Order: sequence, then C-alpha cells, then structure tokens
Amino acid sequence: MAHPPTPVTHAVEDAAHGAAEGGLPQLDFATWPGQIFWLAVTFGLLYLFLSRSVLPKIGTVIEERLDKIADDLDEAGRLKAQADDAAKAYEKALGDARAKAHAIAGETRDKLNAEIAKETEAAETVFAEKTDAAEARIRKTTQAALANVRDAAADAAAAIVAKLSGGAPDPAAVSKAVDAAAKRG
Amino acid sequence: MEHSPLEQFSIHPILELPPVAGMDLSFTNTSLFMTLSVLLIVGGLSLAMRRPSMVPGRAQSLAEMSYEFVGGMIRDITGPEGMKFFPYVFALFMFILVANLLGMFVLPFTVTSHIAVTLSLALTTICIVILTGLIRHGFGFFKLFAPSGLPIYMYLLITPIEIISFVARPITLSVRLFANMLAGHVMLKIFGSFVVALGGLGGIWAALAVLPLGAAFAITGLEFLVAFLQAYVFAILTVIYLNDVIHMNH
Repeated sequence: MAHPPTPVTHAVEDAAHGAAEGGLPQLDFATWPGQIFWLAVTFGLLYLFLSRSVLPKIGTVIEERLDKIADDLDEAGRLKAQADDAAKAYEKALGDARAKAHAIAGETRDKLNAEIAKETEAAETVFAEKTDAAEARIRKTTQAALANVRDAAADAAAAIVAKLSGGAPDPAAVSKAVDAAAKRG
Repeated sequence: MEHSPLEQFSIHPILELPPVAGMDLSFTNTSLFMTLSVLLIVGGLSLAMRRPSMVPGRAQSLAEMSYEFVGGMIRDITGPEGMKFFPYVFALFMFILVANLLGMFVLPFTVTSHIAVTLSLALTTICIVILTGLIRHGFGFFKLFAPSGLPIYMYLLITPIEIISFVARPITLSVRLFANMLAGHVMLKIFGSFVVALGGLGGIWAALAVLPLGAAFAITGLEFLVAFLQAYVFAILTVIYLNDVIHMNH
C-alpha cells in the first residue's frame, strides 16, 4: 500500500524499501540522499533569506527603537536642564528684585529719617532761641521788679523813720540801711 | 501495514525525479514539509516586518521576540563574539521549531522525526564548531581534548574521555531530537488507534475509549511543549559547543 506501482527507474530503491518494510522507515537508507539533498536546499535557502534580508531588518528596527529611546531620553534630559536653568534664572531675578526693593525702601527710609532729623533740629533751634529770649525778658522784668521792691522798701523805711522821729532822714543813709538789711536777709 | 504506528513516517515521492548518480532525489513528502517550514518562517517573518513601526504590532512583536530570544541566548552564553553565528542558530531554532509544530497539525509529517535530517543538522553544527576552533586557535584547538593544569598521567585518562564525549556530541544531539519526535508521534498514533479500535467494538468498550482519548489529549499538550523544548535544546547546545571553541580556557 505504501508503494505505488514501481516505475522502472526505481527498481533498486524499491528493493531497499521492501527490505525496510517491517522496520522503521527512518532506517530505509535509500531515502537518505533525497532527505539530505532537500534539507541542504531548503535549509540553505532559509539561512540565506534570514541572514540577508529578514534578520537585518528586524535588527535594524530594534536598534532604531533603542536609538530613538536613547535620543528621547537625552532630549528629555536636555529640556529638563533647560527648565532647571530657567527656574534658577527666575529665582535669581526674583531675589535681585527683592534685594533692590529692599535697598530702595532702606534708602527712602534713611532719607526721610535724615529730613525729619534736620527739621526737628531746626525746630529745636527756633524753640531754644525763643525760650532764651523769653527767659531774658523774665530775668529783666524780675530785676526791674526787685529794684522797684527795694525803692519801695527804702521809701517805706524813710516814711516809717520820719513818722517815728519826726524828722526827714538822710535818703542816702536810708538806702544804705535798706541794702544792709536786704543783705542780712 | 496500513495502521502500523510507523506508517506515518514513511516517505513517498510526490514529484519523481530521475536519479542522480544512483541516488533518488525525488521531491517527497519530507521535501514538501521542509519547503513548507521554510516558507512559513521566511513568509511569516517578512510579513510581520512588512511595515516595521516604532511601536510594534502583534506580529512584529512576535518576530522581534524570536529575534531577541535567540540573540539573548547567544549573548548570554558566548558574549558578543558569538553573534556572528546568530543567523545560523536562528535558522536552526526556527527550522526545528516550525518543523516540529507542523508535525502536530492536520497532515502529520514530521521532518525532524527522521534521523537523516537531525544527524545532518547535528553534523553541520559540529563541522562549524570544528572549523571555528581551527580558524580561531589553529593547532591549539586540540587542547580541547587535553585541558591544561593536570598531572601528566591524568591525560591518559582525560584525553580519551574528552575525545569520546566530543565524538558523541553529533550523535546525542541528533538522536535526542529524532527520538523525542518519533516517540511522541508513535504514542499519539497508538492511543489514537486504541480509541478507534475500542469504539469499533461498541457497548461498554466504546465507553472505555474515553481513557485513551484523554491520554491522547494529554500527550498532544505535552508534544507541543516537547516541540518547543527540543528546538530550544538543539539551539542552546549548538551555542554551548560554539562557546567551547570561542573561549578555549577551561
């Protein structure tokens, strides 16, 4: 059943088949050359196709992907560095602006303080002058008043002496006595 | 012979060709499945990479995954020096994987269940290993059989063992794959014919047919795993053998 009617050219081979009929077809050595020949042809073609066309193509795709991923990572790193720089620049600008504002505020405060001090000083000078003038007037008035008090005391003493003695005292003596009394307290 | 579990492995000519030097090189069912495997791999991968995009679709992901899987395997074991063998190891892995898987489907013929095929692939690997060793290290390649740093008398023991284990490599490599594929398919076929035979008896026997049916299901699942595993084992052993001659300092 396994063998179709024998063509003349296959007579030898068929004899071998007949011998192997009961055993393993694998050990029918008449089939070996054919198997090995076709294996060489098909496997050789497979090797050629794979090594020349298919495998390089797959390899290229995988490599390109790895390159792309590496490139993208690099690009991402670059952009991150850029963003970091920008953030740093922003921080710096903010710090500078803050420092400048601080400086301006300080300057203004100092200027105002100086102005206030100057004006205060000027006002104090004016005030001191006025105070001095007033004090001088008070002193003069006091002296005048005290002089008037002495004259009044001398007149009173002369009047008292005239009343008691009946004669008018020497005004010079009265004046001397009043001064002496004023000195004793 | 029709229902022999070995029937499925027989090779029939599809397109008879005149013999060359007394050898029959007809296009057979095994040639057909080899061709199908190659067409599936090249066609599938080309289709998946037809419009490659930065963000891969499902098919492209699968193609890239197989690429990274084999590439990662070579890089892990041999380092970057081994990458020039990448196309060979990739072809080997994909060819065995697809041939194994094709054997699981409707028209079951498994190219890799033939020792002629697995032995050819194993010998190709060993030839590449020997050539690489001779090209990279010249005569130093033979140090592979006499690891340095042993007392002299030990070499009398070690060298024959190393030579035998090296010669055994193509045999173990090919027989492992061939036997796995053969055994899996024979078991499937036997359980399958149990189901048919028990079903044909009728009555209580037909009910018992559930048992081999379940076993056949379980084995089918296992066979998918084996199909992948054997392709992986073949490829990784190829890489390990290559690594032996790339880095010769053990």
